[in-house]
Amino acid sequence: MPAVQETVDQVRRIDIDQYKYGFETVIEVDKAPKGLSEDIIRFISAKKQEPEWMLEWRLDAYRRWLTMEEPTWARVEYPKIDFNDLYYYAAPKGTSGPTSIEDVDPELLRVYEKLGIPLREQEILAGVKTSRVAVDAVFDSVSVVTTFKKELQKAGVIFMSISEAIREHPDLIKQYLGSVVSTTDNYYATLNAAVFTDGSFVFVPKGVRCPMELSTYFRINEKNTGQFERTLIIAEEGAYVSYLEGCTAPQRDENQLHAAVVELVALDDAEIKYSTVQNWYPGDAQGKGGIYNFVTKRGDCRGHRSKISWTQVETGSAITWKYPSCILRGDESRGEFYSIAVSNGHQQIDSGTKMIHLGKNTSSRIISKGISAGKSNNTYRGQVSIHRRAENARNFTNCDSLLIGDRCGAHTVPYIDVKNASAQIEHEATTSKISEDQKFYAMQRGIPEEEAIALIVNGFVKDVIQELPMEFAVEAQKLIGISLEGSVG
Amino acid sequence: MLEIRNLHARIAEDGTEIIRGLNLTVRAGEVAAIMGPNGSGKSTLSYILSGRDDYEVTEGEILLNGESILELNPAERASKGIFLAFQYPVEIPGVATMQFLKVAMNEQRKARGEEELTTPDFIRRVKEAAAKLQIDQAMLRRPLNVGFSGGEKKRAEILQMALLEPSLCVLDETDSGLDIDALKIVADGVNALKSPDRATIVITHYQRLLDYIIPDTVHVLYKGQIIRSGDKALAHELEANGYADIIGQAA
Ligand SMILES: Nc1ncnc2c1ncn2[C@@H]1O[C@H](COP(=O)(O)OP(=O)(O)OP(=O)(O)O)[C@@H](O)[C@H]1O
Ligand SMILES: [Mg+2]
Repeated sequence: MPAVQETVDQVRRIDIDQYKYGFETVIEVDKAPKGLSEDIIRFISAKKQEPEWMLEWRLDAYRRWLTMEEPTWARVEYPKIDFNDLYYYAAPKGTSGPTSIEDVDPELLRVYEKLGIPLREQEILAGVKTSRVAVDAVFDSVSVVTTFKKELQKAGVIFMSISEAIREHPDLIKQYLGSVVSTTDNYYATLNAAVFTDGSFVFVPKGVRCPMELSTYFRINEKNTGQFERTLIIAEEGAYVSYLEGCTAPQRDENQLHAAVVELVALDDAEIKYSTVQNWYPGDAQGKGGIYNFVTKRGDCRGHRSKISWTQVETGSAITWKYPSCILRGDESRGEFYSIAVSNGHQQIDSGTKMIHLGKNTSSRIISKGISAGKSNNTYRGQVSIHRRAENARNFTNCDSLLIGDRCGAHTVPYIDVKNASAQIEHEATTSKISEDQKFYAMQRGIPEEEAIALIVNGFVKDVIQELPMEFAVEAQKLIGISLEGSVG
Repeated sequence: MLEIRNLHARIAEDGTEIIRGLNLTVRAGEVAAIMGPNGSGKSTLSYILSGRDDYEVTEGEILLNGESILELNPAERASKGIFLAFQYPVEIPGVATMQFLKVAMNEQRKARGEEELTTPDFIRRVKEAAAKLQIDQAMLRRPLNVGFSGGEKKRAEILQMALLEPSLCVLDETDSGLDIDALKIVADGVNALKSPDRATIVITHYQRLLDYIIPDTVHVLYKGQIIRSGDKALAHELEANGYADIIGQAA
């Protein structure tokens, strides 16, 4: 059999039903009635014991959303979503908000154990040498627990669920929420503003280097339930924080919606490193089920010499629609985007970044590695925009696509918009097939086909993997291997 | 050790026959040299031995220790002890040589039901083997074969061979691109692996390599067949007279 033909045949036998986090947890839940209305929004706001101004903010967003149209410009296809056929709030019974670990339902703790996410601080501390990571665990619509809160508090760092922050730090919320992604930014962001349920809030005050990695694990468990994550991270002057989010969901036949908004604000000399390992359920081999991941993530380099870097490893979701962006407002500020997007089976990814250069001497760097297998479609869509006053702006973009088999697609759609002649922009893009020579060479050394492909792919994405916090780099490499399982026979 | 009987093989894509009724036996402990003009099918034979799927075997048998290997994929054949030092080693970007070696060694061990190597044990083995081939540590940290000079690539092949301890070594023009000193180092590396239960096939165009790796048998491959076999004297004859006579006699 010719080599190419063989790859094609192997891919034809594709089976991506290997999702390791597809279990469902039977747990008693507290749910809002199905559908979306002002009453439902009042219900959510009341459940979260929000102040009146927050409810008004939501209702305003909702009224705007009713006048908006769903965007269609992305290279993704899916049946029209009936927004009235969804639940907008689901919480494990008895958890109206995060509590201490002792009060968390043991059933839930077992879920996180199964997912490999440590929630018991003692256990983390007991694990000799393994570096400590503070975790906020969000289950459907609520945060169930946040670890290491006290220790972080000592350093002056606030790390809690956004629901708690709205009650406990209303001034910060009022000042920053919606200041990067306005409530009317886009269809899904506006929907999120109306119905967001939980997510994390991080505030690192002036001059503080956050003493540990922060992370949030999102889990969608309930059927027909949308998860509307809202996360807000603020680094004051000279502060530094590294944050990671991870996500999983049970295997279900019907699609589930995750529409998130993440806002980052970096003041003078501050740095935020935001990493994502996205592993939502991708759907089965026939393309049934899976998460619709419609996400708006944006960082504002508000201060001079500030820096925001997004690193993402996207392996899950049926559809991903996501463009983590940086507004480079401060002079000499810097934005980075490192991305690995793996699509297999029937997955569709339309992802990329926007780098908006407003300040002087701003710089940005984009490294995107797309890997498509099966019948998937993988699009990089990126924008680099240099505004009139952005003297001496620089951008470097590198987009590489790797194809496994020949029934998948890779597309690169860069938009470059320069309004200042001093800008320096470099753009490189390549598309290649996984080489039969490399595969044969590795196999000749005794490496089985799937491992050979995983090894070659991990080599292909190395530039991005090394941007991940050490603790997660190995995990991410494994995940890439797993998500390509079944891309050969 | 290796027995090839009436082997016919063609290019899968277009059906062109390259190997046309080839017979060859290589015993354990033996060093067999295969020589032959460009395009006669030497590299193709090495690929077919290691299971590359660009080629289809249409007739004949390949037996390794009495067992047919035709149904095995390249990784399975490797675990059974077949090693091919490539004429053109392939670059694997982003994968450090060390990492590649570790995966390969452990995968083969796994396939044979052996324990994985511990990291210190692995590092010790690599260091020892690399030192013998005068490969420096910096090279081991670089992605495999990427930007390696021709000679470095060939040395890296022999390093892998030394670490994987195969039972059948196939060296495809390992001497090409080597300077005199490197040729000696590589030949020493190959000779060090000589053992009564290991067979070696050396594909080469030049006597020069055979001065260092002394063959027990020499075979001339032409148009997909072995047209002449002999001992090391045959290689000297070819060096002096070229292939014309032998080809003429065979025709
Ligand atoms: N995959 C392939 N597609 C097309 N032709 C091929 C393929 N593989 C081998 N050939 C052809 O088969 C013949 C034998 O090639 P091979 O590489 O085995 O020769 P060789 O004896 O190793 O030559 P050299 O001494 O130049 O290395 C050549 O004519 C070559 O072009
Ligand atoms: Mg050859």
